[in-house]
Amino acid sequence: MKFDEIQLRLLEEVADLHGVPEGAYNIRSDSTAIGRRSTEHIVITPKTEVSGIDIHIAPNTVNESVHIPVVLTKSGLKEVVYNDFYVGEGADVLIVAGCGIDNCGNGDSQHDGVHRFFLEKGAKVRYVEKHYGSGTGAGKRILNPVTEAYLEEGAEMTMEMVQIKGVDDTVRTTVAKLKANAKLVVRERLMTHDNQKAVSTYDVILEGEGASADVVSRSVAKGDSFQKFDAKITGNAPCYGHTECDSIIMDNGKILAVPGLQANHVDASLLHEAAIGKIAGEQIIKLMTLGLTEQEAEEQIVSGFLR
Amino acid sequence: MLELKDITFQVEDNGADKEIIRGVSLVVPDGKLVVITGPNGGGKSTLARLIMGIERPTSGKIFFNGEDVTEKSVTERAKMGISFAFQQPVKFKGLKVLDLLRLASGKRLSVSDACQYLSAVGLCARDYIDRELNSSLSGGELKRIEIAEVLARASKMSIFDEPEAGIDLWSFNNLIRVFESMRKNIADSSIVIISHQERILNVADEIVVISGGKIDRQGAKEDILPTLLHSSAVVSSCAKGEEGV
Repeated sequence: MKFDEIQLRLLEEVADLHGVPEGAYNIRSDSTAIGRRSTEHIVITPKTEVSGIDIHIAPNTVNESVHIPVVLTKSGLKEVVYNDFYVGEGADVLIVAGCGIDNCGNGDSQHDGVHRFFLEKGAKVRYVEKHYGSGTGAGKRILNPVTEAYLEEGAEMTMEMVQIKGVDDTVRTTVAKLKANAKLVVRERLMTHDNQKAVSTYDVILEGEGASADVVSRSVAKGDSFQKFDAKITGNAPCYGHTECDSIIMDNGKILAVPGLQANHVDASLLHEAAIGKIAGEQIIKLMTLGLTEQEAEEQIVSGFLR
Repeated sequence: MLELKDITFQVEDNGADKEIIRGVSLVVPDGKLVVITGPNGGGKSTLARLIMGIERPTSGKIFFNGEDVTEKSVTERAKMGISFAFQQPVKFKGLKVLDLLRLASGKRLSVSDACQYLSAVGLCARDYIDRELNSSLSGGELKRIEIAEVLARASKMSIFDEPEAGIDLWSFNNLIRVFESMRKNIADSSIVIISHQERILNVADEIVVISGGKIDRQGAKEDILPTLLHSSAVVSSCAKGEEGV
């Protein structure tokens, strides 16, 4: 498998890859799988009726990883891809997804990835998803990821979702249902600039006793960009849910944070926090006293915040 | 060497001009540790902020090593070799102690080098190097990290704005040792500390008393300190110590 320069750059941005990854992988470029490898415990098969793949991870698979990066380099390409992950009981794996779009043309490029995760009892997944856009064309770079996670008893899923640069339009939808003692941790990092729009919606249902969810978004809206963070947690049992939206606005950025908590059980403990504001002047002055310019200070503060 | 020439600083207060600093002229020579003291509201912290460039004087001139820096920005003054430890350390979500020490030193400090600065202020370095500078740190911890940053800058002039404010007795004892050690290694640099604390005044070469926006008196520690003891301007360390415990 050979990559061209743009493919390599996008793969590095979204999956920290400098070539073919270790373990199981499926690399998709401009709607075609250009490389795929299954391992003894992780089997990747293409879907037949729709575009996408099924990933079966055997029970008790530990210390293994799956990389499924996607790159789009042709202007005007639009695709919807369905990827389903079946994670066996007691498995503990790392799944790295991510999509990079380079659009130098005038047509909009769009990748809508629908990822469904089915975690059996006690399975653990760390899911890392990075989105990135580049290219100077007038065509937009659009990403609308849908993530669904179904966690059986005692399963745990950590999602790290990062979109830092270059994506013009995004609607992220994350849905999760958790059985007893299952645990979901979400760390979202989002930056929008120029005229970009980003909407991130969470609908987490805590169905079983002892289930917990911790959804934290840190975001920065620059330029004339707009973001909406809409996080809803429903508690149907004795459970613990926490959502947090912590945002910096700059220039003419706009951010709407919508808290949503629904407790359907007297022992459901749900908490929402939201804070939006500009960079504190004293933070900039402090870094200037260390010799940074105002602009360098802002960059440090933003990159630290989104770390 | 720092020189202030006839500095005034006015702010608008309910539509009327209020003079915070009223014609201060002062020289801080190289190799000296100068403590600026005086009653609360007398203009001490404002003077420190004017030296760093955080505030700009209404009139007067500031010279640093012979160069007029009155119109220079905070960044420019920092690059020329002026450091500033804030009275209320600033918190950052996401930035770690190591990040700040690296920014302060202006180079990619190794972890072990960074740890030396933390050890110097009495912090067990490996417990702190990866901590975020956020509200999970106590006021005393933030304050000591703030001082470690000034040490990492190793600059020609270091200004400390009430370094003792908000720290506990144990940290305070450590702080005194830090200043004593800085005093020993002062060479051709200089230190300005804004403080009420008798034990900090005791480390000084010179003491300047600011009151009502003016210099009330100044001179060698031996001459000035006896005139201050038991006045409202100075808090003895013993009283502070009892509060701390």
